[in-house]
Amino acid sequence: MDFVFLYETFITLISAIPMTLQLAATSVALGTVLALGLALCRVSGIAPLNWLARAYIFIFRGTPLLVQIFLIYYGLSQFRGVRRSMFWFILRDPYWCAIIALMLCTAAYSAEIIRGGLLSVPHGQVEAGRACGMSRFLVFRRIVIPLAIRQSLPAYSNEIISMVKATSLASIITIMEITGVAAKLISETYRAIEVFIVAGAIYLAINFLLTRIVVLIEYRLSPHLRQAPALQPVAAGEMR
Amino acid sequence: MTAMTPITTTPAIEVRGLRKSFGPIEVLKGIDLTAHEGEVISILGSSGSGKSTMLRCINMLETPDAGDISVAGEKIGLKRDAKGHGQVVDRKQVQRIRSELGMVFQSFNLWSHKTVIENIIEAPIHVQKRPKAEAIAEAEALLEKVGIADKRNHYPAHLSGGQQQRAAIARALAMRPKVMLFDEPTSALDPELVGEVLRVMRSLADEGRTMLVVTHEMAFARDVSSRVIFLHQGAIEEQGSPGEMFTNAQSERFRKFISA
Amino acid sequence: MTQPSFLDLIGSGPDGWGPALAAGALMTILIALAGYAIGMVFGALGAWAKIAGGPISRSVAGTYTTVLRGIPDLLVIYLFYFGGSTAISAVGHLFGASGFISFPGFLAGALAVGVTSGAQQTEVFRGAYKAVHSGELEAAIACGMSPFLRFSRIIAPLTLRYALPGMGNVWQIVLKESALVSITGVVELLRQSQIGAGSTGRPFDFYFIAAMIYLAISTLSGALLQFGEKRFTRGVRRG
Repeated sequence: MDFVFLYETFITLISAIPMTLQLAATSVALGTVLALGLALCRVSGIAPLNWLARAYIFIFRGTPLLVQIFLIYYGLSQFRGVRRSMFWFILRDPYWCAIIALMLCTAAYSAEIIRGGLLSVPHGQVEAGRACGMSRFLVFRRIVIPLAIRQSLPAYSNEIISMVKATSLASIITIMEITGVAAKLISETYRAIEVFIVAGAIYLAINFLLTRIVVLIEYRLSPHLRQAPALQPVAAGEMR
Repeated sequence: MTAMTPITTTPAIEVRGLRKSFGPIEVLKGIDLTAHEGEVISILGSSGSGKSTMLRCINMLETPDAGDISVAGEKIGLKRDAKGHGQVVDRKQVQRIRSELGMVFQSFNLWSHKTVIENIIEAPIHVQKRPKAEAIAEAEALLEKVGIADKRNHYPAHLSGGQQQRAAIARALAMRPKVMLFDEPTSALDPELVGEVLRVMRSLADEGRTMLVVTHEMAFARDVSSRVIFLHQGAIEEQGSPGEMFTNAQSERFRKFISA
Repeated sequence: MTQPSFLDLIGSGPDGWGPALAAGALMTILIALAGYAIGMVFGALGAWAKIAGGPISRSVAGTYTTVLRGIPDLLVIYLFYFGGSTAISAVGHLFGASGFISFPGFLAGALAVGVTSGAQQTEVFRGAYKAVHSGELEAAIACGMSPFLRFSRIIAPLTLRYALPGMGNVWQIVLKESALVSITGVVELLRQSQIGAGSTGRPFDFYFIAAMIYLAISTLSGALLQFGEKRFTRGVRRG
């Protein structure tokens, strides 16, 4: 194994990490907002909103992300109206097109996760909130959302990881994130295996860290699911 | 109720010095038991007395750590591994002996992907290699006997607990076993379904089948069995005919156990 | 020159790309099927190693699933496509060939899709095996079945029944993932759409129709799978 080459590859690829993280973070953040809206439409009980959200989710989960990226980046430029619109400076930019596509796609998946979380909130807890005079909105903000977030965190962490993986598709529309740089290195050096090992290790490290962070957040957010304090001395005694 | 068979014939099951531990806990501390042909033996004991483990050792669902087990005079080959745990010498022999013992479980354990009739003909066809037509004919007769002929093509999930257990009894009978082993067959049933299973078991006893029954049903032990064995902490505390045991038991514990 | 209408574009007339797109869709299905089949093999091996393997095969299977679920599919396709090309070029040199011999894109793509979906399939199979009620296995032991009989008559059919919903999910993922194989130059649905978009200057129309075809394939196959699942899982309790 050529360690000098591995090291040089590693140094080159490190410079692409910020781009990957930026793409993932921006699209996950924007996508979560959109997903929340979609999930609310799904549980709103208003038929047209529900159907609209369902159709959106169906389309974006049923088609490959790469097709969605191509539709937005190459497809929209077909229309003169788009090219002349005030949004053209965004839609001509592969970076923003990648983010829009990733955001739209993750929103469809996250919406179903959030919806599951919302549905998992026991009705009695909502009623208890209403009974002490909370408004609908207050119940939602203080009771439903916190419980739903805790419930959907594990699934959400999977979604974040698949988004980190999905950012690699941005390389196909010329964005130089980790996979883009890796592909360039492979085509220059013909050393696919070495480059793959280094790039793969970087992705694994990122995803490992993200998983740990979510587990930590999950732990912080769910004291009610941990062992009751009264039992802790016993547990501590066993550890010694 | 049943006359004692002369001791000169080969016992259907003979257990000598059976020991079994799970980790540090010794569950069976040297059990001796002989079941002659036609005997119906009820094995009683509180939970944790080792009665189910004893039954499961007889068809090697648990491998004994020490002791000998013979089925119809054939001794099951056992050896000890490096850690002192028992091990089967010849897997083929154990598989053959198992097919001569019919096992009925507490939780029925019918195969959920097969219909009732498919459950019953599975082992006769694939283990005993009997012709399919014969197996089906016999299975139908058995379903008739246990009273669920109309459930022939149902899946287990669509039957009541009592029906499932009767199907499981039919499945065990289909292998033409020398001995039937029942491991708390009515304990998982709703009270109103216990009777239908006990009725089937009683009819089997009346046919003269050899049966070992781990049970909590005192009435069954008293009225149907030819012998009652009371297990306490992994050892046989007392045994005898139901007449003696239920009227005149020596063991204080057993008297308490049946009056509880 | 008048622009052909959208319907002319996707039809089978002189300006029509219909037959080409249909061929592309067929290629997409073929890649997905090949990848799925390879994934089944990897999944079965992985699950077997995780359930019944010794410490070494367990850790190999564990590493396999962790790695392949943590890195982008696209990277795996690059590995197989370029790595495969490098390997056969090296072999080619030994036999006196010069220059770069490219690895068949279909094979590289199917292998890459297969290896990645195999990691998901491993977890599907393992979870399904764990869902099998241990009593049913015990009943099989009690009536004297040999290990082979127990596996083929009881364990495998029950595991398969529990695995079906998860296997359906993996199929949908594989179908979408097959679009990435377009980077190897295999003329599947997306690559064909790129060609069409490039030669007509109508990218939206082509990518839109591609999206609709993907949607149709996934919906149809999803309905088919659900139908099959219903027929196949009679009698099995659904949790």
